Amino acid sequence: MSGNTTIKTFVIDGNPVSATESETILDVARQNGVNIPTLCNMSGLTSTGQCRLCMVEIAGSNRLTPSCVTKPEEGMEVVTESPRLLKYRQMILELLFSERNHICAVCVTNGNCELQSMAQRLEVDHVRYEYLHPKFKVDGSHPKFEVDHNRCILCGRCVRVCDEIEGAHTRDLRNRGIQTLVITDFDGPWGESKSCTSCGKCVHVCPTGALAEKGKSVAEMAKRRQFLPYLVMRRKGASK
Amino acid sequence: MTNEELLEIVEKEAENTAKFRHRLGVCTGTGCMSSRSAAIVTELQAEVKKRGLENEIQVKKVGCMGLCAAGPIISVQPENIFYRDMTPEEAVSVIDSLDSEPLHEKMIDISEPFFYRQEKYALENAGVVDPERIEDYIAAGGYAALIRAITEMTPLDVIQEIIASGLRGRGGAGYPTGLKWSTVAKIESDLKYIVCNADEGDPGAFMDRSVLESDPHRVLEGMAIAAFAVGASQGYIYVRAEYPLAIKRMKAAIKQAEKMGLLGQDICGTPFNFKVDVRLGAGAFVCGEETALLNSIEGNRGMPRLRPPYPAEAGLFQKPTLVNNVETFANISGIIGDGGKWFARIGTAKSKGTKVFALTGKIKNTGLIEVPMGITLREIVYDIGGGIPNGRKFKAIQTGGPSGGCIPAEHLDTPVDYESLKALGSMMGSGGMIVIDDTSNMIDMARFFMEFSMEESCGKCAPCRVGTVQLYNLLGKFQQGEATEADLATLEELCDLVRNTSLCGLGQAAPNPIVSTLRYFRNEYLEKMKPSAAAAKEEAR
Repeated sequence: MSGNTTIKTFVIDGNPVSATESETILDVARQNGVNIPTLCNMSGLTSTGQCRLCMVEIAGSNRLTPSCVTKPEEGMEVVTESPRLLKYRQMILELLFSERNHICAVCVTNGNCELQSMAQRLEVDHVRYEYLHPKFKVDGSHPKFEVDHNRCILCGRCVRVCDEIEGAHTRDLRNRGIQTLVITDFDGPWGESKSCTSCGKCVHVCPTGALAEKGKSVAEMAKRRQFLPYLVMRRKGASK
Repeated sequence: MTNEELLEIVEKEAENTAKFRHRLGVCTGTGCMSSRSAAIVTELQAEVKKRGLENEIQVKKVGCMGLCAAGPIISVQPENIFYRDMTPEEAVSVIDSLDSEPLHEKMIDISEPFFYRQEKYALENAGVVDPERIEDYIAAGGYAALIRAITEMTPLDVIQEIIASGLRGRGGAGYPTGLKWSTVAKIESDLKYIVCNADEGDPGAFMDRSVLESDPHRVLEGMAIAAFAVGASQGYIYVRAEYPLAIKRMKAAIKQAEKMGLLGQDICGTPFNFKVDVRLGAGAFVCGEETALLNSIEGNRGMPRLRPPYPAEAGLFQKPTLVNNVETFANISGIIGDGGKWFARIGTAKSKGTKVFALTGKIKNTGLIEVPMGITLREIVYDIGGGIPNGRKFKAIQTGGPSGGCIPAEHLDTPVDYESLKALGSMMGSGGMIVIDDTSNMIDMARFFMEFSMEESCGKCAPCRVGTVQLYNLLGKFQQGEATEADLATLEELCDLVRNTSLCGLGQAAPNPIVSTLRYFRNEYLEKMKPSAAAAKEEAR
């Protein structure tokens, strides 16, 4: 270890903390036991700041800042929980619930779902928006996995893990706005994909029941994410 | 190309022009072309040839003359007569009239405020030069500023002129152009880019298209000066594919400029290199957002990136990039030619120069206008615009398109500048101005823009992707007269959420049409609400 690492100190929720140049507010918060809500971020994958749940307040600014992509500055005062933040986070979750078909009682990840547990944690007890209930197709053409777009929250984790960790880039997006869909190759059936290695990483990083292993019934699909920190650690080791 | 060679072209062109007794200019912008102005040109040329007057009468294609409502327009010089609503059949009679009485019934009255209240600066050459001939642009003084900048000035001099001019970004946000340039100039890199944002997507806006179609070289010259100032060697013009004529003219202009040595390697014998390429957008509104635009040029899906890092630091292909709008670049050659101070004499304390607007909607003189900053909205609507047709009443003016808001009659005396419009809950925007009369309902208007934002949301962040749909649906309930008080509360809450939590400018500004109509026309929302249960009981008694 060389002695020329620059360390910044700043404040999270009143507690002084320190960060290296490469760490984000979210990284440091996690190290210090502050669990900022997020659905799109995953340690080991590029942060994209798109779910907007990890927004935090910074003293002196009225603008909210996504903590997963913001590097702290010396002396910065970060607030991760406030009535305003809670209200926004709840509303964003309600919007996500209204967007597609999130009926837990018939979902393979019931009890193991990040969207569900986030809603419980933030005490979302009703959805004040009209349910849009679009009718997207379910692709069960892959021998091991299936994708149900009706449960997708478009967090983009599957796209990133496939591109950044597996290196296959089988997944991408098509359409825009509310019609946005995660697709396989050039929007073909998953089972016919030439680029997919069937590694299953996308299934296990998916926060909801959109991606699941076949043969799982209601509440049986628990996600196993242990591989990700391990792979990232190995990769970092190799690049040193 | 040296200054002497440039002057030679100017002289030769002047000689050429002087030999004609009459010069006919036919507008060949997209608007007039759709009313057969191309056929007018062919017809006029054939007739002139038939009569053997090729050396006396010049027939020239020119760009937009502004008064699109009266198109196609033919201008007659040096008499300075403009004829309106021309057809290929009638055009011949213009030739007949040349040495006798003008066609009074077809003449446009140029003593009207539409003409004298305007101040043409970025549009100086529009309707005057042939956009397809570089010589014509040079004859009008073009490229002199570029040659001056690269042979007589240092990059720092150029930036200081831009700072002195007080020019602010014409794309809508109004970021100081000089500051942006100096930032990009200061960042060291082996490669830097200039990007011209011509992805004009607001409904009802056509300023950038007209500038590109009418005077493409002016934009190129501005980009080249910018490249010299910040040290860039490659430029891209990102034009939406829906503008085929602008693309064609821009590509032709690049070729001509390269041939003359005004673009390319060792420009004017100096070590300055600058190459420009055209990139086409596939029609996504969000690609007008600069980081989404950069993603699109790189060949990726047009989705906004997080800022910081700003494009000035890590832009196109992660290199320092200067992104400016078409109209901003169109102002550059004038500033370098006449000096920043000269430019800064027009306008208000914080908003300098002129602004081009596309004036549309319920207004007599629909068209393209350029006005000094600080002019009031009333002057634009009633003097330049000629007021509201069919004896209707003015209700509001919408500026800034789907990201802007409406301004009601009581604020008509507001000066047009970045801060004043923002204070009213609207914005300058890129320059669309839609006049609304008393036959229109504001909820309909808000819902129209919300539908636009909803369809153009890229789908990346949840508040914009889902929030815009829910807002659109809620407005539908108001239209149907089925909204309740709870719906009104939800509508306002949701506007606040989408504005404060969306990732990029599209989402952050998407609620503006609702917020501003709620601010000025709240009654229209209240009138449309379902009487609450309590009120219904009250009535029954």
